[in-house]
Amino acid sequence: MKSKKRNRIIGQVIVYVLLILLALLMLVPFVWMLSASLKFNKDVFVIPFEWIPKEPRWQNYIDIWTKIPLAKFTLNTAKLTIIVTFLQLLTSSFAAYAFAKLEFKGRNTLFLAYVATIAVPWQVYMVPQFMFMRRLGLADTHLAIIILQAFSAFGVFMMRQFYEGIPDSLCEAARIDGMTEYGIYAKIMLPLSKPALSTLIIFTFVNTWNDFLGPLIYLTTESKKTLQIGLKMFISQYSAEYGLIMAASVLSLIPVFIVFISLQKYFVAGITTGSVKG
Amino acid sequence: MAAQLSTMEKNMKKRQRRRNLIAYSFIAPNFLGFAIFTLGPIVLALLMSFAEWDGSNAMKFIGLKNFVEIFKDDRFLASLRNTVVYSIFTVPITLVIALGLAILLNQKIKGRNFFRTVTFFPYVASLVAVAAVWNMLFTPAKGGIVNQFLMNVLHVAPLKWAASSSTVMLTIIMFSVWKNMGYYMVIYLAGLQGISEDLYEAASLDGANSWQKFRHITVPQLKPTTFFVTIMLTINCFKVYDIVYMLAGGSNGVVNKSAMVLVYYIYEEAFRNWKLGKASASALVLFAIVLVVTLIQFKGEKNYAND
Repeated sequence: MKSKKRNRIIGQVIVYVLLILLALLMLVPFVWMLSASLKFNKDVFVIPFEWIPKEPRWQNYIDIWTKIPLAKFTLNTAKLTIIVTFLQLLTSSFAAYAFAKLEFKGRNTLFLAYVATIAVPWQVYMVPQFMFMRRLGLADTHLAIIILQAFSAFGVFMMRQFYEGIPDSLCEAARIDGMTEYGIYAKIMLPLSKPALSTLIIFTFVNTWNDFLGPLIYLTTESKKTLQIGLKMFISQYSAEYGLIMAASVLSLIPVFIVFISLQKYFVAGITTGSVKG
Repeated sequence: MAAQLSTMEKNMKKRQRRRNLIAYSFIAPNFLGFAIFTLGPIVLALLMSFAEWDGSNAMKFIGLKNFVEIFKDDRFLASLRNTVVYSIFTVPITLVIALGLAILLNQKIKGRNFFRTVTFFPYVASLVAVAAVWNMLFTPAKGGIVNQFLMNVLHVAPLKWAASSSTVMLTIIMFSVWKNMGYYMVIYLAGLQGISEDLYEAASLDGANSWQKFRHITVPQLKPTTFFVTIMLTINCFKVYDIVYMLAGGSNGVVNKSAMVLVYYIYEEAFRNWKLGKASASALVLFAIVLVVTLIQFKGEKNYAND
């Protein structure tokens, strides 16, 4: 009995050692980023690396706003991300309700079309899509980026999987009480789907905020560019401005981390229903 | 009687039509956007791959010539080879690590949520930002922190990482695993939580050890999850672009043959050379590969399910 207990303690120790190593591996680049963002360029590569700078150079965080139009880039990205996330949530959950809870002609065929396109990488049709948008006069507009991201098949699929798990009897009861389908969607389904909605918010927010290839293809006017494009531009132009690059990088991560951390308690629950269970 | 029946039938039909309309009204906002801007371009992609087009003059259909041309193009062949190499290494490595992490983080331990959150950080972090850090950590100079570690702790020669054609793919693969494993870890975590505790308890009563439980309960129960993860990973690997752009692209975003990948080739042909037909033909090759890999995995999954 005693040796069994000892084995368990040894097991626990091994688990913790592994976890701490893992956390280090995941966090070191971020800590390094933060640390370098508070240094002079010449001190970034000094050996041994100073993890906590003795004289933090906060000036980097002030200079970066004037070195590139960072405020404009951030504003553009924030605008796009918020609109896309809102539209994505609204249209996906709306369509998913019909696929999960309503009987209608062509339901299976339509849903199959959605599922099939999830497996077609965007990169396969990005060129014709761009030519089409250009024909519509949407090249170099924010509207193009919004259209690009707001109607994903993935969102419909994920929400539908979640709704499937909500008992039909709930809807039936509401129908008998005389509630319309729109009422059931708004008053019963939406409040119940917090985990799925949170997961979809995280994915859409993160994808739109961090998207690179879309804005790279579509946006050519500097004042319309997004944070990621602006950051990459800055890195290419001033590749030796290590401190400033790192300061801008830290700033670009903050919104995503805030969204993720505030919604993460729903996260695993949302993924469970969203991805695997058919 | 008959008249009564037919009015009832009419009413039913009417109700069904009403129900259809309500359902369509739910789907319409998403479907219109989806059909016009996704389905449409997919069809157009098929057409364009058999045509010669520069985007402004008239499209000219040339049959299979685009395909013949790209398979004679060194850069295309290099991009195909690199994409396959990248996927062959990245898929299994990411999968195994993600599974290991999920098992580790599924234990009842203190601070579990902290570790889960931390593992997911690289996935949500902006690629441009974390790639900038990686480029500094993995700088080809001897003063880089990773090279310092190699020389002083492991006592091996420093590497040139992304700056050398022999290690550039290695650097890209390592970065990709680090960045994305948290996502697949969460999917595995969800899968693990779907396994009933009773199975493990029954096995314990039969005297099974941890390895046996893993081998005979966890692995088979996770089969659907593994299937899903493998497909997602493969698709995501074949569409790799921005990682290569950040780690191996010069200041103008041009990469040389040692790091060229399929999507890079498509981008270049389309938006630098305006050879839209050639770009679409290579996009179709990309799609064909993804499709074949997915079908093979579907078949494997079915065979397993029939066992």
